[in-house]
Amino acid sequence: ICDFLCIKNTRGLRSQLKDSVPVTGLGTQIGAYGVQDTLRSGFSSVKNELLPSHALELSEKNFQLNQDKMNFSTLRNIQGLHAPLKLQMEYRAARQIQRLPFLQSSHLALDTLKGNDESISFEDILNDPAQSEMMGEPHIMVEYKLGLM
Amino acid sequence: MALPNVLETPPSGFNFENVFRNVALEGLLEGGRTKAPKPMKTGTTIAGVVCKDGVVLGADTRATSSEVVADKMCAKIHYIAPNIYCCGAGTAADTEKTTDLLSSNLTIFSMDSGRNPRVVMAANILQDMLFRYRGQIGAHLILGGVDCTGSHLYTVGPYGDIDKVTYLAMGSGDLAALGILEDRFKPNMELEEAKELVRDAIHSGIMSDLGSGNNIDICPTRSQSLKTRGKYTSIILVQHLF
Repeated sequence: ICDFLCIKNTRGLRSQLKDSVPVTGLGTQIGAYGVQDTLRSGFSSVKNELLPSHALELSEKNFQLNQDKMNFSTLRNIQGLHAPLKLQMEYRAARQIQRLPFLQSSHLALDTLKGNDESISFEDILNDPAQSEMMGEPHIMVEYKLGLM
Repeated sequence: MALPNVLETPPSGFNFENVFRNVALEGLLEGGRTKAPKPMKTGTTIAGVVCKDGVVLGADTRATSSEVVADKMCAKIHYIAPNIYCCGAGTAADTEKTTDLLSSNLTIFSMDSGRNPRVVMAANILQDMLFRYRGQIGAHLILGGVDCTGSHLYTVGPYGDIDKVTYLAMGSGDLAALGILEDRFKPNMELEEAKELVRDAIHSGIMSDLGSGNNIDICPTRSQSLKTRGKYTSIILVQHLF
């Protein structure tokens, strides 16, 4: 675990990112029959869907995923397959320690595992979910999380 | 688009919801009378010099918002750690926030490990942070400090490029300041001589550049081997007489 935490921000090799997360983050909510669900997500516009609105939007959406992929891949190359497997198992376990979706969870275990408790970045200052202006309706949020929506 | 129902909590960090709206608004405004508000830039001269037992950083104090002087006594020398200070040029808010984040990260580190932060750590943290945002954060920084390995002066550009040098100037008045530095810099100068050199460099930046002016701030960061009373760094304000 110590080794992994030391390479938190590696400037990894390009080759490690061959199979990184594809750019589909901008897709709309797919409802029934594979078509945009107008009732729940509003009207769709081709321009909004195809082009990222800001140069950084896609890169920020995928940033944590890409970092993790690079780190796990490097770790696998150095220490073997067991290292990322064990770490990912721990992450999965820690990720489940949270409240229902409409309540604030501290993610303490997950943060400690990832090393986020020792650094401050824009994620901690801007857009704090505890002070979000919008409140989700509890039933709908739980249904969405469970995949019933 | 704003939805009546939120399906999951929005992720923390930067929010890009309003970008389309801003682009549309700008298109509307350019044809009309009003203009979109411009961010406050520092339009600066900042300079740094490595001297015998430390580093001397200097900056002017004018902040401009396109053609208007927005702040006459703006503090451009930011505190990072007791032994590290940073001058910032570029967008004022960006330099302020970035140096704040850097300072907090280094404080957490030194509380965690019980060690004084090193200048190279500050430079690496800045590099990672600025490269991640691909230059959208307009912060041109001069990072200088003294640690257990000696005195160091780094420049960090907005895209995350780093240069480690012995004397340096940045900002809109950097060419004028660099002229003075190139002429009179000698390695291993005494502290007073270095302070005068930085003061003259900033002075020439103020004289030749419209974006710099008002006063000069000088901040010497000395190594701990010198016996000084009280705090061993202080920001000295030099009034500029027109």
